[in-house]
Amino acid sequence: MSVTTTAEGRIPATQQPDGGMRFMQTVRDRRGTLLFILTAILLLVVFPVAMSNFRLNLVGKYLTYAFVSVGLVICWGYGGILSLGQGVFFGLGGYCMAMFLKLEASDPISTKIQSTPGIPDFMDWNQITALPMFWRPFKSLLFSLGAIPLLPGLVALVVGSAMFKRRVGGVYFAIITQAVASILSILIIGQQGYTGGVNGITDLRTLHGWDIRSDSAKRLLYYLNAVLLLGSVYLGQRMLGSKLGRLLVALRDKEERVRFSGYDVANLKTFAFVFAAVMAAIGGAMFTLQVGFMSPSFVGIVPSIEMVIGVAVGGRISLLGAIYGTLLVNFAKTYFSERFPELWLYLIGALFIGVVMVFPNGLAGLRSVTGVSLRDGWRRLVRAVRGATGASARAAAAQGGAGATVEVSTGGMAMVSVGQLEGGPPDDDAAEARRAEGGSR
Amino acid sequence: MTSISDLFSIFVMQGFNGLSAFCVLLLMALGLAIIFGQMGVINMAHGEFLTIGAYTTYLLSEVSQRWAPWMAKSYFVVSIAVSFVIAALVGLVIEQLMIRRLYKRPLDTLLATWGLSLCMQQMFRSIFGPKEVSATLPDWLMGSLQPKAGLDIPINGLVVMGLTVFLTGIVFLGLYRSRVGVQVRATMQNRVMANACGIDTRRVDRLTFALGCGLAGVAGAAFTTIGSTGPTSGSMYIVDTFLVVVFGGAQSLVGTIASAFGIAQTQATTEFFLTGSTAKVITLCTVIVILMLRPQGLFATKVRR
Repeated sequence: MSVTTTAEGRIPATQQPDGGMRFMQTVRDRRGTLLFILTAILLLVVFPVAMSNFRLNLVGKYLTYAFVSVGLVICWGYGGILSLGQGVFFGLGGYCMAMFLKLEASDPISTKIQSTPGIPDFMDWNQITALPMFWRPFKSLLFSLGAIPLLPGLVALVVGSAMFKRRVGGVYFAIITQAVASILSILIIGQQGYTGGVNGITDLRTLHGWDIRSDSAKRLLYYLNAVLLLGSVYLGQRMLGSKLGRLLVALRDKEERVRFSGYDVANLKTFAFVFAAVMAAIGGAMFTLQVGFMSPSFVGIVPSIEMVIGVAVGGRISLLGAIYGTLLVNFAKTYFSERFPELWLYLIGALFIGVVMVFPNGLAGLRSVTGVSLRDGWRRLVRAVRGATGASARAAAAQGGAGATVEVSTGGMAMVSVGQLEGGPPDDDAAEARRAEGGSR
Repeated sequence: MTSISDLFSIFVMQGFNGLSAFCVLLLMALGLAIIFGQMGVINMAHGEFLTIGAYTTYLLSEVSQRWAPWMAKSYFVVSIAVSFVIAALVGLVIEQLMIRRLYKRPLDTLLATWGLSLCMQQMFRSIFGPKEVSATLPDWLMGSLQPKAGLDIPINGLVVMGLTVFLTGIVFLGLYRSRVGVQVRATMQNRVMANACGIDTRRVDRLTFALGCGLAGVAGAAFTTIGSTGPTSGSMYIVDTFLVVVFGGAQSLVGTIASAFGIAQTQATTEFFLTGSTAKVITLCTVIVILMLRPQGLFATKVRR
């Protein structure tokens, strides 16, 4: 079953769960919509009114990281695929944008003091006399805008499908994505003449003749940022509400069962990974516009892993929570690294440890403590996956799956990995073994 | 005639450089091969245990310089043992406080230990300062052998090599030829069954983790002979080390050795022809492409899943 068709699978009204369930779902939807609207007001009205241009620009910068977080919620929180290489996609998107802007900024007139006018200044400093081949297409705005999502998406597609088809996942995938991040940052730093090296691509001025450095432009870019981000949250919510979202959860919690139910697990995972990559790339491109430069310090291992912590703090199964988490972590980072640089590393270190060990659901988990019991949610999920193996596979999966997902989002069970749940169904061998294992510790 | 012997010297020394790099990688990877390969714990703070060992050696060298000149010649041998003990003790504490709660959530272990590594780095920075320090090496570690004119074999490199061989031997014997080793492997392969056979698996977990950390400490002590120590010197190698273990096939010690050798030699050889960063990129890319084609690593152990 291919990804595109699963994405369309909306539940017909007749297959909706029983009345109580439907009530719960409406409540959840209402609450979700309310939170969404509140966030929109906060980002589009409160922040711009309350903040100075400088602060607002800073928030704009954080919002570009939030794009990465939205992607990570889908990929990691729901799909269970932890990518420690989001910096790669953020960087690729950002560099695509920066290359276009740099070429526009280095027209022959403003670079006439160089020994080769018309090429970016850092190339001139590195004794390069002609524009390299791979830079040329970036003279076109259309090409650059296309390359921003497509190039990182392609990289993610190649890496993802190569790994997932061979059933590499979990930890191995995380380590390999980390190595990819390390490769790209070494490459960018090493090839100074082609990439601008450690300094990155700086001194960007106009986008198609529009000065991006002025205050009004920065404000406009902030709004663009916020609207795009809200749009992608909406898209993400629609996606998670569909059958695809339920499949991702099932995949994370019991991969084998999804596979035996006849779904192509590798394609699903690749889709989630590519989606996260494209989101990160959009974030990177917006970052370049908002902040006015791009450098390898947003590509390597450390920034990539820092992008994960915002999501973990906000709650990895909540799209809005991840945005707040990212904003919070970055505010804290700016605040502490300005005032107490010594403390910051302790703080972020403690944050990593604490959020994993004490609040695995993050901020979003705090509000769902009173939700439906874990056990109940687990039963429903198991029933859903079982049902899918039966004769009326597809329909049952949609129906049972719907019930399960409601619990997942309200009861906050999603974060509890299968192995942690104490009582599985009695005839489930794996759960049996796990319980024995739990007892041994 | 001279040119041929020069070529020979270059060849030998280049091979020696590759071997040194191999030893460094293998020393780092040995501890991780136990913690990650056997236990499946992703310890991102592994590099910091190495740094603990390195700083311990540095402290001992300072102490022997100031207050115990009679130890100046022999402190290095002592420091290897002390580094092991200290790193293992810290490992024990961390296992008890943190790791044991996370055995069932490997991805979360990754994040938590990353946080731990940040805290430890800052702690090193607060205690020892941000600048790199280096231990004062005893005379017998300095200088080089010159078996032939134009051929320089540094002694510290030889010592590190000897230590690597020794430690690898110990780990091999410990894992595959001793009673404890059997218990460790049994626990990691099938915890429930091992428990049923009367193995105290909690104890084995503690012990294994501490052992891996201790090995990292020894690697740190060995590091001081070839480079200086800074707060982040351990974390610089962490991704490479993980790749070594993954590339070799996580559960296989022979695989770890082979992959450390392969990666180090590729790096050293390409470095000779190209720049350092290009060599690194090529090496890492090769490893990743091979891992994509053969995800189980070079030497995969057959396990029932």
